[in-house]
Amino acid sequence: MVAARMFDRFDEARIIGVAGLETMIGELGARGHAVVGPVRRDGAIVLEPIESVVDLPRGWVDEQTPGRYRLKRDGDSWFAPVVGPQSWKQFLHPPRQKLWTVRKSDAGATIEPEPLATEKYAFIGVRACEIAAIAVQDRVFMQGPYVDPNYAARRANAFIVAVNCSRAASTCFCPSMKTGPRATAGYDLALTELSGGDDARFLIEIGSAAGQSLVEALPTHPATKADIEAAAAIVAATEASISRTIDTGDLPELLKAEPDHPRWDDVAARCLNCANCTMACPTCFCTTVVDESALDGASASRSQRWDSCFTGDFSHVHGGAVRQTPKARYRQWMTHKLSTWHDQFAMSGCVGCGRCIVWCPVGIDITEEAAALRRAV
Amino acid sequence: MFDLRDPMVPAVARVIRSRHETADVWTLDLELVDAVWPGFSPGQFNMLSVFGVGEAPISFSGEPTDNAHIVHTVRAVGPVSKALCHLKVGDTVGVRGPFGNAWPMDHARGRDVIVVAGGLGLAPVRPVLYRLMADRRSHGRVTLLYGARNPGEILYRHEIEKWRTRLDIDVEVTVDHATADWRGHVGVVTKLIGRARFDPADAVAIVCGPEVMMRFAAKALADSGIPEKEIYLSMERNMKCGIGLCGHCQLGPLFICRDGPVFTQDRLRTLMATKEL
Repeated sequence: MVAARMFDRFDEARIIGVAGLETMIGELGARGHAVVGPVRRDGAIVLEPIESVVDLPRGWVDEQTPGRYRLKRDGDSWFAPVVGPQSWKQFLHPPRQKLWTVRKSDAGATIEPEPLATEKYAFIGVRACEIAAIAVQDRVFMQGPYVDPNYAARRANAFIVAVNCSRAASTCFCPSMKTGPRATAGYDLALTELSGGDDARFLIEIGSAAGQSLVEALPTHPATKADIEAAAAIVAATEASISRTIDTGDLPELLKAEPDHPRWDDVAARCLNCANCTMACPTCFCTTVVDESALDGASASRSQRWDSCFTGDFSHVHGGAVRQTPKARYRQWMTHKLSTWHDQFAMSGCVGCGRCIVWCPVGIDITEEAAALRRAV
Repeated sequence: MFDLRDPMVPAVARVIRSRHETADVWTLDLELVDAVWPGFSPGQFNMLSVFGVGEAPISFSGEPTDNAHIVHTVRAVGPVSKALCHLKVGDTVGVRGPFGNAWPMDHARGRDVIVVAGGLGLAPVRPVLYRLMADRRSHGRVTLLYGARNPGEILYRHEIEKWRTRLDIDVEVTVDHATADWRGHVGVVTKLIGRARFDPADAVAIVCGPEVMMRFAAKALADSGIPEKEIYLSMERNMKCGIGLCGHCQLGPLFICRDGPVFTQDRLRTLMATKEL
């Protein structure tokens, strides 16, 4: 199935080596992009500026299970670890951004908006589920009645180099959400690692005019039929290795119909309301605003920060929080992801990346909760 | 009014009048300093900022045809609303808006209109009452049912007394707790609904107040025969943006700011019946 729909533009698939990847990083920088990629730091793969292939986590793999994430040395692949604690929303929808400053003036007060975001990123190693997550945030921030102008500016400038997954974590469930493990659209270039090491070979597919233009500046050669079949087999094997599933059929209706299901009490007894899942989730978009006054009283500013529906303040109206209990907060988060997101944005809010499962300190598993809610009805 | 390129940036307005309405309620008249106010529709709201303190969603409570003044009635309950209430004439505030949808004013033409308000909920429907009275002959029977906690908390008291002298609208006021000089109804406002005169088959209900009051009022109106899709309620939730981007005001599938704040009872009944949704 995957093989059949893969690589429909055979003539455009090419092969690039490690030296070519190095040239790619340099060329993206020369074209004005801040190049960001996976880097091993503090025992995890994080997303940071990179200058060379040397910065990539070559020879490391991740072990991910509910509530647990470890890196270990294994093999000689350049892009083995899948998704880590951060996602690309870190850059497109940053955790903190100042919105404006107000100063006392003759007119009483003058507002100085922050200049429109100018960051021009190139993301290296974006997984299929993450491309789906970016599409979700595009829908939220750019395709509603109001647009977040800073998100839109960063998004318009971004160059995306996808990496098709050559392995999966135990927590991955992208096939259930129909988001991966192969990137089918939404990238400028997509890589599939055919072999690792110093002589690594990557199949490279072109997804945009900007991608085409970049490839023309890189040392590549045409892919053979065997290369293309090998790439298809790698992704097919990854997909076959994924056993975690979520049955999404009628789940949106089921979640809405069961606000008092006993399973909500069960999960609430385990949930710490720590908000980790919402911070790690690549689609969670909620923000709050914080006002700060200068000590001299002459100016004040407002900043936007990520917020989480797991906090007490989140639903506060005069008289107290609407969602007082952990049960109500977990129910809001999960129902939003898998049910009401469809009403609001005509798509799922979950892309199957598994971050919420891994980074939950008590290992609450959204797929298990969905199955339990379905079972005991 | 302001640059839609960045809807999170407010315009600066100045307080040109502040009225102390009741113990903890003030009405502010604002005027934009360096921008043209586009006007509002009854039911919409502004995000009002006190610089260095924060921002809160506040409904319009003024005359909808008056584009010179932006009028908001505020109860001092939280840090932002307290700061708003303490503003003096000449002070500056930030204004973003108007946001949200509106009460069904066009739809109400030719029909009986019953307005049910509780407490500060009279403020967001005052523009509706101004419209109804300015265009009285376009409507059937018009009724205002208003409930306050006690006679001292009756909002816009002089206006209500003036409206009560009119012979073309029914105005009934009730209080939860009467004082010795109170001559009107005592009890919850929903009890007045059964006595109101309207043709349920051809009436529009406009309800605003605390959520529990709206829940009971909507039920009483539905029990009186008004279809649920003709019962309009204005919902309140935490809001940080007013434009559907911050996620705070969700009520099930709804964003109160983007899809509301005005909704019909057929969409709200199940959602309001679910605790802590």
